[in-house]
Amino acid sequence: MYSEKFQKSIAAVEAARAQNIAYEPQRMTAQEKIDLLAAYHPDYRKDEFTELTIGPNKGEKVPTELAEMLQAHSRITADSVDLSNPDYDVDVLVIGAGGAGTSAAIEAHEAGAKVMIVTKLRMGDANTMMAEGGIQAADKPNDSPAIHFVDAFGGGHFAAKRELLSKLVCDAPEAIQWLSNLGVEFDKEADGTMVTTHGGGTSRKRMHACKDYSGAEIMRTLRDEVLNREIPVVDFTSAIELILDENGNAAGAVLLNMETKDMLVAKAKTVIIATGGAGRMHYQGFPTSNHYGATADGLVLGYRAGAKLLYADTLQYHPTGAAYPEQIFGALVTEKVRSLGAKLVNTDGTVFVHPLETRDVCAAAIIRECNDRGNGIETGNGLGVWLDTPMIEAIGGEGTIEKRIPAMMRMFGKYGIDIRKEPILVYPTLHYQNGGLDITDDGQTTNVKNLFVAGEAVGGIHGRNRLMGNSLLDIIVFGRTAGKSAAKAAQDAVVGSLTLDHVTKFEAEIAAAGIETEAISPKLLPNYTNKANI
Amino acid sequence: MEKMVNIFLFGKKYEVPENLTIMTAMEYAGYQLVRGCGCRNGFCGACATIYRIKGDKELKACLACQTKVEDNMYIATLPFFPLVKQVYDIEKVKTNEAVMMQLYPEIYACVGCNACTKACTQELNVMQYIAYAQRGDFEKCAEESFDCVMCGVCSSRCPAGISHPQVAMLARRINGKYLAPGCGHLEDRVKEIKDGDFKDLIEALMQKPVEELKELYNTREIEK
Repeated sequence: MYSEKFQKSIAAVEAARAQNIAYEPQRMTAQEKIDLLAAYHPDYRKDEFTELTIGPNKGEKVPTELAEMLQAHSRITADSVDLSNPDYDVDVLVIGAGGAGTSAAIEAHEAGAKVMIVTKLRMGDANTMMAEGGIQAADKPNDSPAIHFVDAFGGGHFAAKRELLSKLVCDAPEAIQWLSNLGVEFDKEADGTMVTTHGGGTSRKRMHACKDYSGAEIMRTLRDEVLNREIPVVDFTSAIELILDENGNAAGAVLLNMETKDMLVAKAKTVIIATGGAGRMHYQGFPTSNHYGATADGLVLGYRAGAKLLYADTLQYHPTGAAYPEQIFGALVTEKVRSLGAKLVNTDGTVFVHPLETRDVCAAAIIRECNDRGNGIETGNGLGVWLDTPMIEAIGGEGTIEKRIPAMMRMFGKYGIDIRKEPILVYPTLHYQNGGLDITDDGQTTNVKNLFVAGEAVGGIHGRNRLMGNSLLDIIVFGRTAGKSAAKAAQDAVVGSLTLDHVTKFEAEIAAAGIETEAISPKLLPNYTNKANI
Repeated sequence: MEKMVNIFLFGKKYEVPENLTIMTAMEYAGYQLVRGCGCRNGFCGACATIYRIKGDKELKACLACQTKVEDNMYIATLPFFPLVKQVYDIEKVKTNEAVMMQLYPEIYACVGCNACTKACTQELNVMQYIAYAQRGDFEKCAEESFDCVMCGVCSSRCPAGISHPQVAMLARRINGKYLAPGCGHLEDRVKEIKDGDFKDLIEALMQKPVEELKELYNTREIEK
């Protein structure tokens, strides 16, 4: 139940509902989208970005908060770590245990490599676990990998690396099959046909889902498989610096036990960075839908070791973060809510954007509606617009919400809001790191040998915006690829003597560039102590 | 001025704003969390918590990130619970109740106390899904347990020592892999791709000038 102050606006939404359901809003033209994004999307706010003055991407701009981490001091000095007697010695070291890291580990193990996972929190504490809506794959007769390619390339503003994107779309059906064979329960019709829907910017219904626990269902299955294979998982342990060998190839990592603060050394023939995203950096002060450990660690590790970043200046703000109640402020409201028919409406009950425009366009339209147009709803934590969830049951019939989006029903239900009967308030939330480390289509970084990357820490697969359902897809496709490639590379790798000279060198660059900073990185965890909110 | 309430974190009293969740209240009190904090959105099961309101007989369980503080709430987090996870090969596993007798025989010692269901942080009918598992009805077990976040609170309350979330995990994987209907269009498409049916189309897209791709994108037909 909403308090009195919302009732007038809710009445307007209800009055317009029948008409809004029937109304098919115009999609924007290419030019309208360009203008909207330039005026309202956070990526276009020049004062929120800082130019890097050292490292492989010197001269490029990244979010100010990320620049601070990329140009910060290491947590160690080279002479404070003894590399002569490693605590672990493996073929493949996987850093991170979300969907990408576990997929990589399973494939590396399958290829016969001695593989080990280290992860900052627990296995599965990752954005994968929180992905709700689904995973794309062009597996229906009216669809094809080529159509999927065009959707994703256009949605990403024609900036994706084509060889990565073509791998993503061509390997997609097999990724679904692989997951299905592991026991992931996709929503199916009685005859086995996949239940698929649209996502923002898709031209075919190719969104596969596991209710609205899609990521959780995939993650817990992958986790179970890692445990079944008895792959060693060192949890509550962060990688805080990569180790290179004398030839400049990746050869392990310095690890930090998050609880005891013990420092450990892992030697490896190949290393896979699968550390995920950066929502907990709270770029531009945005709330986030990301998990607690999403602090761009992998970007920092890679950058300091000399790996290049691609599109690190572009982030995804999911249009529908929860704007109310404050206890779930910033939490993800899955795009599937719109796939199932709910539209975005303003305080007067007017539909102001096609609900299935791409995420960047939808987010920018909501920001415009709330700011310049003054048609937002004051929530107590800022502004928001309505996402008219009761439309779903009006279109799909009673019971649709409980069956298709039970997590959403539960999340709001805990605060007395029945989304079957009442609309919900939303505003953009920091959701995804479009950019990351630059790789080739075997998952290896473009300029550090034996260093592989998978998942959200990669840049270039999606370009400058990502479509719904292509991230769960990319963690599987590129996680598996990185695992196979790293296992193969490990067979031939000859590891020279280990070194942290790059850390010393980076420190010298900081001094030479005159950067005065007290920051140390990677950040590892956000600090929320003594704060009432977030 | 926001209204404050008294809570007791592991018995120690703190005054916190009443609109906070247990998790944000701990942070407000000064805790830098490492354990017991994951997705902060109710999906990962990291923040299982037990609490009792002073004067109330009932011991309640919840997820700290999904539950508002109350006045006189005595709180203990349960960031880890030693569940039993049996190792098995999904390619070779039996697909009927024999697998439960082999891997998780303790489920047949369920005394029907329903403590698991009462404790569930997701309000699932835990005892019912265990009953389905006992008789090898894995489809129903999978459906009933689907929203499980594997926080382990159910198992902490079980007199029979059952690791409910792991039982359900096994049932769901068997159901997903073996019992759910196969998907013809998926198999067809995987084969078509392997056979190279889309190779030329994709190759053409790889070579096309961006302007042509823009045209393709902006004029594409969108399925209703």
